[in-house]
Amino acid sequence: MRPRRTTGARLGDRAFGALLRVLGSSVLVVVGTILFVCWRLARPAFTKLDVFGFITGSNWDPVQESFGAWPFIYGTLVTALVAIAIAAPVSIGIALFVTEMAPAGVRRITTFLVEILAAIPSVVYGLWGLMVLIPILQTKVEPFLGGVLGFLPLFKGPPMGFGYLAAGLLLSIMILPTITSVIIEVMRTMPALLREGALALGATRWEAIRMVILPYARRGILGGVILGLARALGETMAVTMVIGNQPEVHASLFAAGYTLPAVIANEFSEATSDVHVGALAGLALVLFAVTFTLSAGARLLVRMSQKPLGARS
Amino acid sequence: MKWRSARRTATNAVMTGLCAGAVIIAVVPLLSVLWLVVSRGLRSMSLSFFTSLPAPVGEVGGGVGNAIVGTLYMVGLACVFGLPLGVGAGVYLAERGDGRLGQAVRFTAEVLAGVPSIVIGVVAYGIIVVRMHHFSAIAGACALAILMVPTLARTTEEMIRLVPSTLREAGLALGVPPWKVSLRVVLRTALGGLLTAALLAVARAAGETAPLLFTALNNQYWSFRPDQPMASLTVQIYNYAISPYEDWHDKAWGAALCLLLLIGTLSIVARLLHRERKGS
Repeated sequence: MRPRRTTGARLGDRAFGALLRVLGSSVLVVVGTILFVCWRLARPAFTKLDVFGFITGSNWDPVQESFGAWPFIYGTLVTALVAIAIAAPVSIGIALFVTEMAPAGVRRITTFLVEILAAIPSVVYGLWGLMVLIPILQTKVEPFLGGVLGFLPLFKGPPMGFGYLAAGLLLSIMILPTITSVIIEVMRTMPALLREGALALGATRWEAIRMVILPYARRGILGGVILGLARALGETMAVTMVIGNQPEVHASLFAAGYTLPAVIANEFSEATSDVHVGALAGLALVLFAVTFTLSAGARLLVRMSQKPLGARS
Repeated sequence: MKWRSARRTATNAVMTGLCAGAVIIAVVPLLSVLWLVVSRGLRSMSLSFFTSLPAPVGEVGGGVGNAIVGTLYMVGLACVFGLPLGVGAGVYLAERGDGRLGQAVRFTAEVLAGVPSIVIGVVAYGIIVVRMHHFSAIAGACALAILMVPTLARTTEEMIRLVPSTLREAGLALGVPPWKVSLRVVLRTALGGLLTAALLAVARAAGETAPLLFTALNNQYWSFRPDQPMASLTVQIYNYAISPYEDWHDKAWGAALCLLLLIGTLSIVARLLHRERKGS
């Protein structure tokens, strides 16, 4: 016969469990709050504006209450794409170096340095970008690119330093640790016998990487890159300090632009009318929806890439 | 045959070099940032820099005293709400989080960590600034607290899961009710890890700028009131940096050095605690 536990202990279990459930649900409450508050702030704008015009219009004029967000969407996409184009291959390279190639001491130092990269606040990156990166771009890099590749619309126009290229470069440095740490995490969970099998069959280290490790980690790498993309889309301070903050659309990377987070940061504190605040809150909602979806998709991808050996999808 | 194997070896060497090059591409900007923050920041360092108010343009002296206090104040206030909720959610995930609710919470916490901090600033604006009709430190602290909760939940869960299950089983085997085992055995053992997670969350909150821009705004004077705008190191760096004045740029580097020292100290203490635990 099972001894009965005293009522006190059973009550303690139930109370503790309930308390924990409430605390755990706070995370879900946070999501709900974000959605609810942003929606409530945005409503005054969307009773007056139409969504299609909001997304495709190019005229952002708070005084006239005309809000076209396309320049911000364009700028956000361009800078994020530039950042990914640079950061993705570099991150894969770093991850491979750390997991496959480096001796133990070098591995520790590199991991440590990547962690420090992640810990530097965004405003400090912006400060560095403003004081160091932009002068270099303006005096050396952009003239060079304009001279060599100036026939492409991407590199036309006067080199100002500020602009999409500066923001994209700065972003790529900032999202490197995000992507790298995810890829390293995925590669660490790979069963050793995959690599050992390839090496045993006579593959060089690079061949083992190319034929076995990278295909195995493919989904995880994609997940890491998407996570980096989400981070690049939402980055505010560093971008607004180097992008020039011009609500215009240009094909050239040398041109100044604007991004969704940057315009929210710059205009929110001085937005007086409800419609203006509402339009900005609407932008925030768009940002939230996009980054939330991307992050969710990325996490699912990473989780799928860590399935045990032998499971076929 | 020899030619083919030589080519494979050469490819291997080139690829290894490229990967090492990737590491260098990442390390060079990092070293540049750190070097410049230290070298240019030290130029502005003095006791008065830590203790005085910002000076007008052109005046010598002045500092970020109120900004340092403001950052510590708002982060501390954020901890009052953010730490219990975040750590509590983490404890929930580790102790009772294997069901459907737990999976939903865990997934949401992971995904929320990737949400832009500026969106959280808008939320804090909507909750507090709109009600109070002016900017305030408590709004800034609210934004920081919301930011803390998801990452805290995940790191706390990881720290608690490090506690060996044999401890829990021993407690249960002795007849201790599960809730007491969770509280007095598992959590007590994980306390150091929880402290590490909390310090890391504080370090991250101290470095946030965007959510403070339109919640706490900024303040050029000493302020200790939660219902008034408050200065912060991060916003001060931003204001100094985008100004057209050279001496303010120098102050921006100085303030950046202060910020990195603060965050660095918190992170180092957090890591030392963690290492001590794992060693024992």
